[in-house]
Amino acid sequence: MHPQTLYEKLWNSHVVRQEADGTALLYIDRHLVHEVTSPQAFEGLKLAGRKPWRSGSIVATADHNTPTDHWELGIQDPISRQQVETLDANIREVGVLAYFPFKDARQGIVHVIGPENGATLPGMTVVCGDSHTSTHGAFACLAHGIGTSEVEHVLATQCLLQKRSRTMLVRVDGSLGPGVTAKDVALAIIGKIGTAGGTGYAIEFGGEAIRGLSMEGRMTLCNMAIEGGARAGMVAVDDTTIDYLRDRPFSPQGALWDQAVAYWRTLRSDEGASFDAVVVLDAAAILPQVTWGTSPEMVTTIGGAVPDPADEADPVRREGMERALKYMGLAPRTPIAEISVDKVFIGSCTNSRIEDLREAASVARGRQKAASVKQVLVVPGSGLVKRQAEAEGLDQVFLAAGFEWREPGCSMCLAMNADRLEPGERCASTSNRNFEGRQGAGGRTHLVSPAMAAAAAIAGRFVDVRQFAQ
Amino acid sequence: MRKFDVVDGLVAPLDRANVDTDAIIPKQFLKSIKRSGFGPNLFDEWRYLDVGEPGQPVAGRPRNMEFVLNQPRYQGAQILLTRDNFGCGSSREHAPWALEDYGFRALIGPSFADIFHNNCFKNGLLPVRLSAADVDALFQQCLASSGYRLTIDLASQTVTRPDGVSLGFEVDPFRKECLLNGWDDIGLTLRHADDIRTFEERRKSEQPWLFR
Ligand code: SF4
Repeated sequence: MHPQTLYEKLWNSHVVRQEADGTALLYIDRHLVHEVTSPQAFEGLKLAGRKPWRSGSIVATADHNTPTDHWELGIQDPISRQQVETLDANIREVGVLAYFPFKDARQGIVHVIGPENGATLPGMTVVCGDSHTSTHGAFACLAHGIGTSEVEHVLATQCLLQKRSRTMLVRVDGSLGPGVTAKDVALAIIGKIGTAGGTGYAIEFGGEAIRGLSMEGRMTLCNMAIEGGARAGMVAVDDTTIDYLRDRPFSPQGALWDQAVAYWRTLRSDEGASFDAVVVLDAAAILPQVTWGTSPEMVTTIGGAVPDPADEADPVRREGMERALKYMGLAPRTPIAEISVDKVFIGSCTNSRIEDLREAASVARGRQKAASVKQVLVVPGSGLVKRQAEAEGLDQVFLAAGFEWREPGCSMCLAMNADRLEPGERCASTSNRNFEGRQGAGGRTHLVSPAMAAAAAIAGRFVDVRQFAQ
Repeated sequence: MRKFDVVDGLVAPLDRANVDTDAIIPKQFLKSIKRSGFGPNLFDEWRYLDVGEPGQPVAGRPRNMEFVLNQPRYQGAQILLTRDNFGCGSSREHAPWALEDYGFRALIGPSFADIFHNNCFKNGLLPVRLSAADVDALFQQCLASSGYRLTIDLASQTVTRPDGVSLGFEVDPFRKECLLNGWDDIGLTLRHADDIRTFEERRKSEQPWLFR
């Protein structure tokens, strides 16, 4: 047999049937569900008189609309509350493998709770009505976001109609410098390939720098694959993967564990497998990243400056840059380190895991947020992350620095709850999208790593986190 | 699903690249548990000068008259002309729901984001990919003449300009069939229920840890 890529292995092992034109019926192992993209799917199912094919494949949580403080008051916004209650009712009706509702000790962002509970396992196909489902590819899964019609399709048939993607290898050679994290790697990759560079591809991340990342770091990287246009990102199985999964609640145990591990070890691209595209980066050349515009590809390094649209030859791009700078309230050629921030957000499915909080805390320890910074929100990705952080005393580090320590959820990543930017406010954010209005109408988002966000909170402007190294 | 065969419609030009689904339908409207009614809030932050809330009537809201969809000559547009990477970002199907509810039947652009592209087909909305040069020419013609219309014929896979020039486009054969016939995917897939069951049984015996 010819050498196969990891993507081909995952694809081939899930094809139920294939049509002559290449459209395949792909079996889905894990279906993650949250409150925003599922109500219409459950309704459609019911209207058609259908039942879920395998409700035991479903893991659900409420995360997008839930408040991150005063949980005792419940959900104040009646429309948000109705959406969360609709999820409660739908899940009660169909029955699922696991449901972590609002206020549950294991509630959290859907892409944080799957892996930490061992509900995301290597070799699975994982879908969710959410584009950041690519996160789960860190476990050598074929994981991608789907629309609500497809949520209904998976509920009804346990399958998706799919066409094979092209494959792209993004290899990061060498090792990362101090203060440079998976988030910086993700932004650097998007800066290189562009937000549409991965369209039509499934990306495998490989190379020494990727092998050196923790599972948290790999999740951050795969999470951002969609920001590079690729529906799926993935990383091969190695000891790091297996060590992470041992003894998680839904991980296999005993003899099954051994059987599973033996299979999981095969989930890597074969020697000599060929990809449709290969992109290579040098890890040592990657520096802490900061976005300056309204698309994740509008990114530079902390030592850089806002570009001048006048230097851009392509008229469509130039106009996009001009519009972005106007929206962001930035003048061309402003050094990044001279941009001050009003708020800081540390959280989201990109950067709200324990390692992210440790990195932020290591910068914040013994320091104070700048007086000019109005608010620093630290929002753990899940109840389990929150308790782990508290056990390590990280909450106290944040509180002592003048940061706020919140309950888990999506929060100011998309501002569907009360956490948001006011018009014109500028934010250093560890989330994944700097789109216009994403964090609140008129809000201005700069994407950075957790350490860089904490450093911006302390300095009141963007600074090179490597100056803060302890 | 609504069938799509031939659409002869007024064209509105949205001259921006990387239009994301947050811009197409902002997050506050995602709190709805319905599939319809998103049209009035399509491109909400660009169309209106205030910040819209779900359930708020749009009649009295201040409009941004510079935004293309607010200009009188584009009222009733059924075809949206776009630039690269339209529909990037969030997977929200509310984006095609809003476009469809507003009255659009088709989009024409050089490229579309994957998930959005997929979502369009599930909702009878046809995304047509043409070369950047062809799209550029359409923008120029559209801006130059008021009442600019195009005819999109799915069966023959052509976009025909008022000057008679016909541009061919590619479309996945399976999706084309579904759209031409208004077929529901789920019904089609369930014809293969036995295959799914057989596959599932085999998987259960080979990787039992996936079924608990
Ligand atoms: S944290 Fe942000 S990106 Fe992640 S699932 Fe929630 S809203 Fe989406």
